[in-house]
Amino acid sequence: MTENHLLEMANDAVRMAIARGATDAECTIGEGDEFSAEVRMREVESLKEAGSRGMGLRILVGKRTGSSYTSDLSPEGVDRMVRSAVEIADITSEDPHAGLPDADELGAIGGDLKLYSKAIENLDPARNIERAKRAEAAAFAVDPRISNSDGASFDSGTSRHVFANSRGFSGEYRTSSCSLSVSPVARDGDSMERDYWFTLARDPEGLQTAEEVGRTAAQRALRRLHPVKVETRKAPVVFESRIARSLLDSIFDAVHGMSVYRHESFLAGKLGEKVAAEEVTVIDDATIPGLFGTSPFDDEGVPSRRTPVIERGVLKSYLLNTYAARKLGMKTTGNASRGLGGNAGIGHGNFFLAAGVQPPGRIVAGISDGFFVTSLMGFGVNIVTGDYSRGATGMWIRNGELAFAVSEVTIAGNLRDMLLNIEAVGSDLEFSGSLAAPTLKIGEMTVGGK
Amino acid sequence: MRFADSIFAGRFSITTQDLNRYLAEALSQGGDYADLYFEYLLTSSIGIDESIVKSATQGVSMGVGVRVIAGERTGYAYSDDLSPEKIRKAANVAAHIASGPSKIAKFDLNEGVRHNLYPVLTAPTETALADRVELVKRADRAARAYDPRVFQVQSSYADNLRHVLVATSEGVLTLDRQPLARLSVHALARRNGETPQQGHSGGGGRVELDFFLKDKPPEYFAREAAREAIAMLDAAEAPAGEMTVVLGPGWPGVLLHEAVGHGLEADFNRKGVSAFSGRIGQKVASELCTVIDDGTIHNRRGSLNVDDEGHPTQRNVLIENGILRGYLQDKLSSTLMGSASTGSGRRESYAHIPMPRMTNTFMLAGQSDPEEIVRSVPKGLYCANFGGGQVDITSGNFVFSASESYLIEDGKITRPVRNATLIGNGPEALKYVSMVGNDLRLDEGIGVCGKAGQSVPVGLGIPTVKIDRMTVGGTA
Repeated sequence: MTENHLLEMANDAVRMAIARGATDAECTIGEGDEFSAEVRMREVESLKEAGSRGMGLRILVGKRTGSSYTSDLSPEGVDRMVRSAVEIADITSEDPHAGLPDADELGAIGGDLKLYSKAIENLDPARNIERAKRAEAAAFAVDPRISNSDGASFDSGTSRHVFANSRGFSGEYRTSSCSLSVSPVARDGDSMERDYWFTLARDPEGLQTAEEVGRTAAQRALRRLHPVKVETRKAPVVFESRIARSLLDSIFDAVHGMSVYRHESFLAGKLGEKVAAEEVTVIDDATIPGLFGTSPFDDEGVPSRRTPVIERGVLKSYLLNTYAARKLGMKTTGNASRGLGGNAGIGHGNFFLAAGVQPPGRIVAGISDGFFVTSLMGFGVNIVTGDYSRGATGMWIRNGELAFAVSEVTIAGNLRDMLLNIEAVGSDLEFSGSLAAPTLKIGEMTVGGK
Repeated sequence: MRFADSIFAGRFSITTQDLNRYLAEALSQGGDYADLYFEYLLTSSIGIDESIVKSATQGVSMGVGVRVIAGERTGYAYSDDLSPEKIRKAANVAAHIASGPSKIAKFDLNEGVRHNLYPVLTAPTETALADRVELVKRADRAARAYDPRVFQVQSSYADNLRHVLVATSEGVLTLDRQPLARLSVHALARRNGETPQQGHSGGGGRVELDFFLKDKPPEYFAREAAREAIAMLDAAEAPAGEMTVVLGPGWPGVLLHEAVGHGLEADFNRKGVSAFSGRIGQKVASELCTVIDDGTIHNRRGSLNVDDEGHPTQRNVLIENGILRGYLQDKLSSTLMGSASTGSGRRESYAHIPMPRMTNTFMLAGQSDPEEIVRSVPKGLYCANFGGGQVDITSGNFVFSASESYLIEDGKITRPVRNATLIGNGPEALKYVSMVGNDLRLDEGIGVCGKAGQSVPVGLGIPTVKIDRMTVGGTA
C-alpha cells in the first residue's frame, strides 16, 4: 500500500471523528513486516514471516477523552473504530489538562535521519539462516566446553509510522532493523551456564560479524562457569557497560513526567539540585541519525529534540509529553510515546550517560576488592523510594583483576545514594538500542550472599 | 459452541471445507503436522488517576496463524486479514519449512468434547461501559477513604473476550470463548514530608462482571493496596544474607513459578538447557513439597478449556513429595520426546508460535498451622507479598522481589522492612522447605508470565511455607 494512502486514511479517520462530535482527534497507523530465522545445533529450528497493520484513534469531546483501535482497516472496520471512541468518551471525566499539543508546538525535524535502509528489502532468507548458523558455529569453535546451545537467530523487520491530528499535523516515517543473536551453553562437570550476545542495526552492514557475535557470546558463557556465592558484605560495584544501561532505565523511570507529577519518583521536585556525581551527564537525544531512539517527531506530532536531563550531576529536565507538561506547568520535551490504544505515555529517544575518560580496564585495575556485574535479574527497583535490590551475576575483582565467577547473590542500595556515589565513568559508550551507558563504578553497595 | 455458530463461520464465512483447504495448502511441501489458529479479540480498559477517569479504550484485533512442523523444524506465518487469499498466502509461506511431496490431503475435522470451565453467559466485555467505569471510581474512593495519609491512587480495569478456533491436520477442531477481566489498584501514602511508600493490589479471572460486584468488590482491592502502602511507612532497612524465610499464602507462590515452573517447561528440557534436564525421578525438593500445574480450575485467570493448540488442559503433577515427576509439554516437544501433550501449549496471540507454558501453578497444603510456623522461627523474614520474579533456566538461579515483608523476631512478626529481592537456585531451594501450612491460597488473579517475548495470563498459589535457608538482598 502506498504511503499517501495510509496518510489519507489517518486524516479521514480524524475527519470522521470530528463529524461524529469529537472536538479534537489524533490517529496513528502502524504497519510492519517481520522475518525471523532460528537455528539450533546447526539446523534450522523455525522460520517466521508475516506482516500486520493496526490503527488507533484518540479523541476529545471537550475535556473528555476516548480511544479505540482496530486491526480491521476496511471502511466498516474504521467506521466501527470511530464510533467506538466516541461511545467510550462518554464514560470518562472532564480533565482540565487533557488535550492535543498547541498548533505551534507541532512539527518534524528535517534531514535524512537514516532510519530506513533499503538493503533490508533485499535480504535473502537463505543468507539470514547462514548468518545465524555461522554465529552459533563460531561459539562452538571457541572451546569444547561450549557443548550445547539455546540457539541463534536472525531477525529483521520494517515498519511504517503514520500520524495525523485535527490541529493540522500529518506525517509519516519508515524504519528498518535487523539483529543477530546467539545463546550458547557452557558445561564443565556439574556447572552449566548460558549467556548470549547480540548485534542490532538499521542496516545489515551495521551488524557485527556473525563470528564476532558467536565468539563474544561463548566467552561470556565460559567465564560464568563454576561460580562462587560470596559472603555478604559491602563492596564497590562495577557495572559492565551493557548492564550499566539498566541504570539508565531506572533514571528514565525517575524523570518520567507522569511519575513526577504524581510524586511517585525519588527525583520529583529535585530540578536544579545535585542528584548525581559531578562526572554524570545524562542526555536524551532523538535526533542522532541512524540510532534506535531517533524519530522526526514524537507520538503527538511534536518535533524530536535533544534534552540534557542531568548535567554534571545537576538535574536539569524531566522528560515530558503534553499532558505531563501541563500538569507541571512546563512545556513538552517531545517525549510522547504511544501504542495504538490509550493516551500518550512518555518514552525516551537515545537516552545515554555521556562517556567519561577512563578505559574500563583501568577502572577495574583500581579496585582491590569489588564486584564486576555482568548480568542482573528481577524487578527489585522501587522508583518511588529509590530502593534498589536485584539478583546479580559477574566476576569478583581481586587486586585489580577479574579473579573468579560469582552468582546467586544480590546487590542492594538506594538509587539516590548510588547516583551520587558514581566514582568512575568509563570511556566505552556504545549504542546498541536506544539506551546506552559506559562502564560505571559505584563506590559501595551491599552484596548479599552467604 | 458449535463451529457453525462461531463468529468465524458467521461473520467471516469460514467453512470446514475452507479449513481443510488451508491445512492442505500448509502441508503442500510436505511436513508432519499443520495447524491453524484463528483469533478474534475484543478488549477494553479504563483508568482513573487523581480521581479523574483519564483514559478509556476499546479495541478489536483479529488474525490467523498457520504453523507447519517438519521434524524439529517449524514454519510460521500469520495474517491479520481473514480473507481466503491472505490465509492461503500465509499457509504457503509456512509450508516452505518442509521439502518433500505432500503427504496428507484430507483431514477429518471433528469437534471434540472439551471442558466448560468458565460458563460465562455475558462476558464483562459485553456489559455496559457505565457499569464498568464504576469499578475504578469505587476503588479510588475506597483507597482514599482508608487513611488520610493516602495521597495518590491509580486504578485500572481491563477486560477482554477472545474467540479462538484451532484446526489441526490430526483432525482436531476446537472452539473456545475466553473471557478475562482484572481490576488493579495502586496507592501512595506519605507521612508529613517523608518519602512516599506504595501498595498494590488487584484481582479477577475468567468471570462475569458480578465477580466485582459480589465476590471481590473494588473496595476489597482498594483497601488492600492502601493497607500495604500505610504498612510500609514504618519500613526499616531489609536484612542481607542467608536466613530463614517464611512465605505467606497466595501470591508468594511466584516462588514456585520461578524456582521450578519455568525449568520444567519441556522445550528447555528437550534441548538439555534447563537445570532440571534429565532429573525426572530425582529428589529436587523436601518431601513436604507437591507442586501442581492445573489449567482446569474453574474461572481462574490461568485456566483454559483447551490450550492454544486445541488440546484440553489438565492437572499436571510437577513435583510429588519432593520427587520430580514431569514436564509441561506442548505438541512439538511431546512429539520429539515421545510423550503426550500435557495441554500446556500456549501463545500470546495469532502472531506467535506456541510453546510450553504454565497455567495455575501451586503447592498442595501441608499439615502445619501457619501461626505455629511463624512461632518456630527465632530470627528471619516473613514475606506477605511479592512483585515479579525471573529465572535463569540454565543455572537455575531465580529471583523474586518482596513488596511487603516483616522481620520475625523470637517467633513473632515485628517490623516491616523495605523491598528486597530474594535469590535462590531452583533444584536446591525447595530442599530447605521444613514446614508447609494447611492454608493453601490461590492468588487473586492478576499474574502475567513472560517467556521469549510472549505474555500470557497465569495463576499462582502456595500455603504458608518455611524455608530454612534463602538469600535476602537487603542492605542491613
